[in-house]
Amino acid sequence: MSKSIARLKNRLFSRASLRACIALVVFVVLWEIGSRSKQWLGVSLPWIGQVPAPSAVMSVWGDLLTNRGYWESWYLSLVRVLAGFIAAMVVGIPLGLLMAVSKTFSGLTFPTFEVLRPIPPLAWVPVAIIFWPTQELSIAFVTFLGAFFTVVINVVGGAKSIDSRYFQAAQAMGASQWDIFRRVVLPATLPSIVVGSSVGMGITWNVVVAAEMISGGGSSGGSGGGLGFFIWNSYVGGSYEQIVVGMISIGIAGYACSEVLRAVGGLATPWLRQR
Amino acid sequence: MNAVLENLRSRRMPNIATQGAIRIDDVVKIYDPDGAAVMAVDHCSLDIPAGEICMIVGPSGCGKTTLLNAIAGFHSITSGSISMDGQLLCGPGKPKAEPGSDRIVVFQNGALFPWKTNLENVAFGPLMQGKLGKKEIYEKARSMMADAGLSGTEDNFPGEVSSGLRRRVEIVRALMNDPKVLLFDEPYRALDSLTKSVMHEALLEIYYKNKVTIFFITHDLEEAIFLGHRLVIMTSRPCKPKKILEVDIPHPRDYSVLTSPRFRELMEETSAVVHEEAKKSFAAGEKEG
Repeated sequence: MSKSIARLKNRLFSRASLRACIALVVFVVLWEIGSRSKQWLGVSLPWIGQVPAPSAVMSVWGDLLTNRGYWESWYLSLVRVLAGFIAAMVVGIPLGLLMAVSKTFSGLTFPTFEVLRPIPPLAWVPVAIIFWPTQELSIAFVTFLGAFFTVVINVVGGAKSIDSRYFQAAQAMGASQWDIFRRVVLPATLPSIVVGSSVGMGITWNVVVAAEMISGGGSSGGSGGGLGFFIWNSYVGGSYEQIVVGMISIGIAGYACSEVLRAVGGLATPWLRQR
Repeated sequence: MNAVLENLRSRRMPNIATQGAIRIDDVVKIYDPDGAAVMAVDHCSLDIPAGEICMIVGPSGCGKTTLLNAIAGFHSITSGSISMDGQLLCGPGKPKAEPGSDRIVVFQNGALFPWKTNLENVAFGPLMQGKLGKKEIYEKARSMMADAGLSGTEDNFPGEVSSGLRRRVEIVRALMNDPKVLLFDEPYRALDSLTKSVMHEALLEIYYKNKVTIFFITHDLEEAIFLGHRLVIMTSRPCKPKKILEVDIPHPRDYSVLTSPRFRELMEETSAVVHEEAKKSFAAGEKEG
């Protein structure tokens, strides 16, 4: 335990994290100068001159931290992302494995799959609203689509590229078909599943925000319609600082989700870890 | 004939295995990619007595691996037959042998499961066969790894140890299945020559302790003479024995053999033959395989 604490300490105070801090500070300072260019330099710089300054954003954010509606937006978006993402994993992984293992199944499903895959998830929004009884389900469905195709493609690719030597070795050592599936196909595909899920997770965040904007924030409406709706609402209400708060919130949420996935993925594939 | 063989065996083989004799009888393999019949193995016959280290030498892509895959049961043959200890593996009416734990392949690039630790890899075969209890299997795996100088690497993943150690783990994994025949498909091809020499001695040491027949494919003549009881030099594709040569250097051998006059003589005797086939193969533009 103390070892992992020491490692964490090392990581926190390493040169890499120092660089990251400097980069962030420089970015924020430049942004502040750009935003206040009219006030400080007399000329409004193009584009950046219209963006609310970080200090203003921070003060608005400080007020929002105690606002229940703001946290509800977090919660709602997160639930939608997780629902769509988990559904995509639950449906996508077995489907991908089946497509990789069975030629017949792949022949029957792959063409349809390939026609549907290029359709952007957002193009599904109207249909999703018509199909599903509640708006909540519609948004979750669109989110699901965002991750689903990526997960399936990665699983199929991963499972198909397993070296035949592994199958031959396992077979010669007396492994049954089921053993081969469980002890060779599954672990050999795991790295691709991890990659597919982390890419898929990124897409679900893209999709959920757009879906919330389009559909008007789901059933609860008002101030509690998810982070996407929060941004849209702030725009309509004219609070530009809040827009930025919403954007950064999504960035943080997406980053946190990726980190969690990376950690879980690392635990699931210990043989890929550098020691 | 049998008496002669017996005599030979007692003279040459410190490890007198009673099982694992391979008989390859008039085997033909024709691949048929897009209707263009390509003959990989051409009426090949070969008798390998139990306990022999038989080195199959030939240019890349000559069809040696095809023969190995037929014995292992990974690929079918077109005609002829292969039997082990008098029992048919594949032949008329049964083009493809059943893969089995009595014939284990050590692959060219290694086939240790990267997602299993070395110990789990070594224990894999017996666990699949359910021959022993879990505890006994792991005990046996640990002691066999210790015998092969692999103590301390049990809980590492294969990717965490050197390629030489990985090969050794793979051989131990093969031996855990109590195979009658070990089939080597150029296992040391990717190793540097220093590691190779260590691996050769280690392999012989393992061979002296275990009763197995070894069918070893290589295109490295030095390796072939150092390890083998017998060299079978193959023609370039289609492959069949061109010259069979007894290596009359007594076992057990160590690396001092390499500088002995007899070794040099054998090298000279064979390298011209091998070179000729390699040139043919090169001219034919054969690909690796």
